[in-house]
Amino acid sequence: MNLLDDIIVIDFSQFLSGPSAALRLADMGAQVIKIERPGTGDICRELYVSDVLIEGESTIFHAINRNKQSYAADLKDPEDLEKIKQLLAKADVMMHNFRPGVMERIGLDHETVKKINPSIIYATVSGYGSEGPWKDLPGQDLLLQAASGLTWLNNNNDESPTPMGVAVVDIMAGTHLAQGILASLYKRAITGEGALVQVNMFESILDFQFEVLTSYYNDGRQLPVRSAINSAHAYIAAPYGIYKTKDDHIALAMGDIIQLATLLQCEALKQFSDSNDWFSKRDEIKKILADHLLTNKAAFWLNILEKADVWCAPVINYDELVKQEGYKVLNMEITVKTNNGLEVRTTRCPIRVDGKLLVSEKGAPQLGEHNDMIEKQFHLEKIFQDK
Amino acid sequence: MMNLPLKGLVVLEFSQYLSGPSAGLRLADLGARVIKIERPVKGEAGRKLSIKNIWVDDNSLLFHTINRNKESFTADLKNEADAAMVKKLLTKADVLIHNFRPGVFEKTGFGYEAVKQINPRIIYAAISGYGKEGPWKDKPGQDLLLQSITGLAFTTGNGTNGPVPFGVSIADILCGAQLVQGILAALIRRQKKGIGALIEISLLESILDFQFELLTTYYAGGQQPQRSKVNNGHPLLSAPYGIYKTADGYIALAMMDIQILAKAIQCNGLQAFTQDQAFAQRDIIKKILADHISTQRTTYWLTALQQQDLWAMEVLDWEKMLQQEAYKVLEMEQVVQAGDKKFFTTRCPIRINGKRLYAGKQAPQLGEHNEKIKKDFLIAE
Repeated sequence: MNLLDDIIVIDFSQFLSGPSAALRLADMGAQVIKIERPGTGDICRELYVSDVLIEGESTIFHAINRNKQSYAADLKDPEDLEKIKQLLAKADVMMHNFRPGVMERIGLDHETVKKINPSIIYATVSGYGSEGPWKDLPGQDLLLQAASGLTWLNNNNDESPTPMGVAVVDIMAGTHLAQGILASLYKRAITGEGALVQVNMFESILDFQFEVLTSYYNDGRQLPVRSAINSAHAYIAAPYGIYKTKDDHIALAMGDIIQLATLLQCEALKQFSDSNDWFSKRDEIKKILADHLLTNKAAFWLNILEKADVWCAPVINYDELVKQEGYKVLNMEITVKTNNGLEVRTTRCPIRVDGKLLVSEKGAPQLGEHNDMIEKQFHLEKIFQDK
Repeated sequence: MMNLPLKGLVVLEFSQYLSGPSAGLRLADLGARVIKIERPVKGEAGRKLSIKNIWVDDNSLLFHTINRNKESFTADLKNEADAAMVKKLLTKADVLIHNFRPGVFEKTGFGYEAVKQINPRIIYAAISGYGKEGPWKDKPGQDLLLQSITGLAFTTGNGTNGPVPFGVSIADILCGAQLVQGILAALIRRQKKGIGALIEISLLESILDFQFELLTTYYAGGQQPQRSKVNNGHPLLSAPYGIYKTADGYIALAMMDIQILAKAIQCNGLQAFTQDQAFAQRDIIKKILADHISTQRTTYWLTALQQQDLWAMEVLDWEKMLQQEAYKVLEMEQVVQAGDKKFFTTRCPIRINGKRLYAGKQAPQLGEHNEKIKKDFLIAE
């Protein structure tokens, strides 16, 4: 029995933030129906990602939209719109990521939909919310990273502001949207009441920085200073960072400098016996450590450090990762199949329920693949013929 | 005060540091009563973990940030009388969260099977570092280490840099957020079917899930993601995606057509390139672009780009961000009154029925709510 059996989600969203929320709901058992424009569909179908395409569509589209259904409808066509309204009358959740005002013009804004279905959870994700001078700016991941100060937390201090190389804003906003939807569905199960859930990417990426932003709000507003070398976190003392050895890189998390000095036989570190210096003199300490670690190989250092329970790890890439037993035992990879026989290897939901992995073989839908099925399931055709 | 969605739910949090406690914080902000179960005398280890050595009282600002809006109950789980009290508390709880290493909580008699006997309707939610099996299961579940062993450090920075980690605890934060998703979905099922659930997640699975786009592309093509050598923004994306230095600051350029960009900023050097070359030739294109962009100020370029609806943004630090009207209208900050001090922090990023969720109740002192909790849950029968 899946956690979200019988929950029907009508998803108008595109790209990553909204669809990643819907993916999680699908993973946990909801029926997720993507409403897509006839002809082109979700813009993400054509999102030009590297040079890797699967059947002419981006790998990313397949990763984000597995285990969903597609219903093609032109929201500007009155007949299609009427069908969508019939569908919404029977849905539990509706979500979209249009810019503020768009759904009002189409006639599927919260007030209207609430009249069709008072107990619906109506969820929206936008770039910057529905007020203020930025409300019409594009809610794009890199631009939000730029606007939110996030890029000043990564890389060494002499480097330019450095964005995170994964769409962290989209993913956090999608995660928050799913939380709001689920909390509201829980409340609805008790009270029968619907809800409006609103998330914007700006707030989500501020929340993501809540620890360090709270520090900034209260420390006399001193901007973060990244360490000059081997920077991994602007607010954490030496040795925290990634270090090059004679061959590969290793990571050192929080640790005792004097213990490290002894274990690694690094005499020059022993002068830093006052732990208060580990933050204020972190560049100096890290420089000594970095030079010292260059003198031997990663495996040599890790062997010494792991035995002493020092927090360390090798720094590896995907080729090495997938060979690790610690990776394989997760069974994180799944293969999904699309309607036309295509098989796509991707990752599963990270949540386990009652000791079981949440896996589904259903691949991403073809555009409009489920129109007939959905019209039958929800009797959309029949309602129309009666009119 | 609005009727919050999780009002009436009781969550027992046996967690420390960030991953578990950040999940507890979100549930509290959504209306649950979250009780930290802490060992006597020392309490949660996070109380003594500070950043920049900033303290509110005996507890760090960091602890106050992550644990506002919760209660604290002290119990020594190895002491029989205390354990019996906690078990009685569990009969009244809806959710249990822990982030002990695999096997530790089981040994004290609070494994899922044991707790299910006490309360079959409970949602038992556990975070581990690396899952319960395999050679990594006893390794420390620390954020930077998780970033390092999952390839994440090769997504950020330029191809000419060494591995560059994220400067925020991404694994902890995402894992806590995903645990909340699992807990809430299980609560929905419980409301319909009357049954509890075991929800498990690891930092490792969360940080792999985080990279699902990159990993799916890797599985399909067998090629490592390559960071661009110049102004890398995302290893899978074409030029111009990245951050560029201007004459007085920095500007971010997202996805856009190279030819349209060339015209919008009058960059002749770019006109030799077509959109088809934007991935394969991205280093060359970005270099030309970087040289051109460095010649004028940020506002000059922003005006030119935004007029054409091209996706560009000024790169702000927090000082500049806080001055923006767009930041102010969010009303993202809230005040927490902690004893005789007050501090500012961020609020929950989810709005319900058009309302922002504020909860400025301070983090609890160790054992602050012992009597109240005993009275509410343990004595009444």
